[in-house]
Parts: sequence; structure tokens; C-alpha cells
Amino acid sequence: MSEAAAVETHDHGALPVDQLEPSLTPGNLGKLGMWTFLAGDAMTFGAGIAAYGALRINNPNWPTPADYLGITTTAIMTFILICSSVTMVEALDGIQHGKQSKFRMFMALTVLGGILFLGMQAFEWHHLIVERGMSIQRDLFDASFFILTGFHGCHVFGGVVYNSVLLIRGMMGKITQAKAGLVEIAGLYWHFVDLVWILIFTFIYLI
Amino acid sequence: MTTQAATGAYEVDHSGPNYIAVFIYLAVLTGIELGVYAMGLPHVAKVGLLIALAWAKAVLVAMYFMHLAMEKKALALIAIIPVVLVTFLCFMLLPDLTTRMWTKFDHKIKVTNPAEMGANPVAPPPVQVPQQ
Repeated sequence: MSEAAAVETHDHGALPVDQLEPSLTPGNLGKLGMWTFLAGDAMTFGAGIAAYGALRINNPNWPTPADYLGITTTAIMTFILICSSVTMVEALDGIQHGKQSKFRMFMALTVLGGILFLGMQAFEWHHLIVERGMSIQRDLFDASFFILTGFHGCHVFGGVVYNSVLLIRGMMGKITQAKAGLVEIAGLYWHFVDLVWILIFTFIYLI
Repeated sequence: MTTQAATGAYEVDHSGPNYIAVFIYLAVLTGIELGVYAMGLPHVAKVGLLIALAWAKAVLVAMYFMHLAMEKKALALIAIIPVVLVTFLCFMLLPDLTTRMWTKFDHKIKVTNPAEMGANPVAPPPVQVPQQ
């Protein structure tokens, strides 16, 4: 074993680094970790949506969501999230090609999209709570609405922080083409947040 | 490869999908969703169409934005497992939910407020209208 290999073996504990290479995502162990996390997170959201369906089915007291919720606002929020997914993949494309300015610009737009989404959700919640009298304690419709959209909003907030950290590190010159894998992992999380919203928009607002 | 793993760098395939085309598909599908929502279709048709459209959009995001289409096929197993489990959860609940009504009570007194029937355990109490 060469001296360099010995140092690397020592850095990662007992196993040589080669043995840590995941076969599903070669060269990017973090990507496999993120996929595994997202699978667990998907089950949490799935259980929430299944519970929503279980409470709603055959329930004559369940209101028509459109009577309470603003479809136009949430359609715009959906569009914003889809746009931010596009800016995220463009940011990844930029850093993969070593184009720092493209990466920074599109990452900033992605963060802006997340902030816009959160701002519109805050506006929507304010309207529903203050003007429509909705409350998490009032009935099952309100409770399931606030829990599902709130849990998703927390994910968006986490994504905004995550992406902001990458943007700031990129502006400091610490995200280079060689570290594009970090941006791809963050992108997986962000696209998952978009994917979940697509389902929530349909199940909670439209149906 | 060893050095790549240690630094987090990796070789990437730069020939990605056409993201703008995927974006246009997603925007169009969202527009169709809103159209289906507003068209006043029968409830079953509307629900079926909306769910199909939502899943089409979700699959587009997973396949192209999350690069599942370009990854190793075995990675899709990780993505499919929660879908299978949640689908099973929904269908597992259906036999109970479709045969048990929320409001199967034989009330001797005419009920005007559904909350009185115990239909919704956390519903607010019935509103008391003061007698004039």
C-alpha cells in the first residue's frame, strides 16, 4: 500500500476509501444519502396525505376546499416552485461546466423563488386565519390543511437556508466545478419539495 | 476514483435533458389541471383526471429534474418503495372507510348542525342563537 493510500485509509477509519464508493451513485455518496432521506420524507408526506384522505372520504361535513382556499394564489405559488426547480437545474448545469457566474445567478434566483413562495404562503395563512377564521383547532379540515401545508412550508424554509448556504459559499469561491456534487444533492432536495407541492396542490386545493 | 471520493468531486455527464422543455410540459400540465378544475366535470372524472395529471407532473420532476432517468435503474427502487408503501396504505384503509359512515347515528331529535351528531370530533359546538 502506498503512503498516500495509507493516509486516505487512515482518514476514513478502517475501510479503504474505494470500499466506500456506493454502487448506486458512483462517486457521490452524499447523493445516495439524500435519496435515502427523501424516501423516508416521502413516506411521512404520504402518510399525511393518506390521513387527509381517510378523514375526508365519506365525511359529509367536509367543506369544499375552494370555498375557503384561494386557488389563484396557490396556482401562482405552484408556478413559482416549478420555475425555481428550473433555475436550480440551470445552477447545477452552470457549476458542472465551471461557469461560476451562471451558477451564482441561477442559485440566487432559486433562493428568491423559495422566499417568494414562503411570502405568499404567509400571506395566504394570514388571510385564512385572520379574515376567514380558520384555526388548527377548529375542525379536521383546518387541522389537516395547516399540518400538511405547514410541514411543506418548513421544508421550503429548510431548502431556502440550504440553498443560501451554497450560494454564499459559491460567492466565497468555495463551490467549484469539482464540488458540483454538493449542488446536485441540494437540487435533489429542492426538486423533492417541488414534487410534494405538486401533489399537495392537487389533493388539498383542487380536489 | 479514490481521490474523487475524498474531495467530493465526480465525473458528470454534461449531456442533460432539455430542462426548458420539461418546464413547458409542467406549465402546460398545470394549466390543464386548472382547466379540469374549472370545467365542472362529474366528480369522479374530475378527481381521476386531476390525480393522473398530478402524478404525470411528479414523474416528470423525478425523472428529469431529479435525474432519475439518467441514474442507475436500481436507484429507482429507493424512489419507488415509498410510493408502493403509501399506495398500499391508502388501499388498506379503503375497505374500512368506504363501509363506515361518519354520520351513522339514529338521532331521535332532528339535528340541524352536523357537529351535534358527533360526525366531527373536533368540530366547534353548535351555535346558540339567542331567542328574540
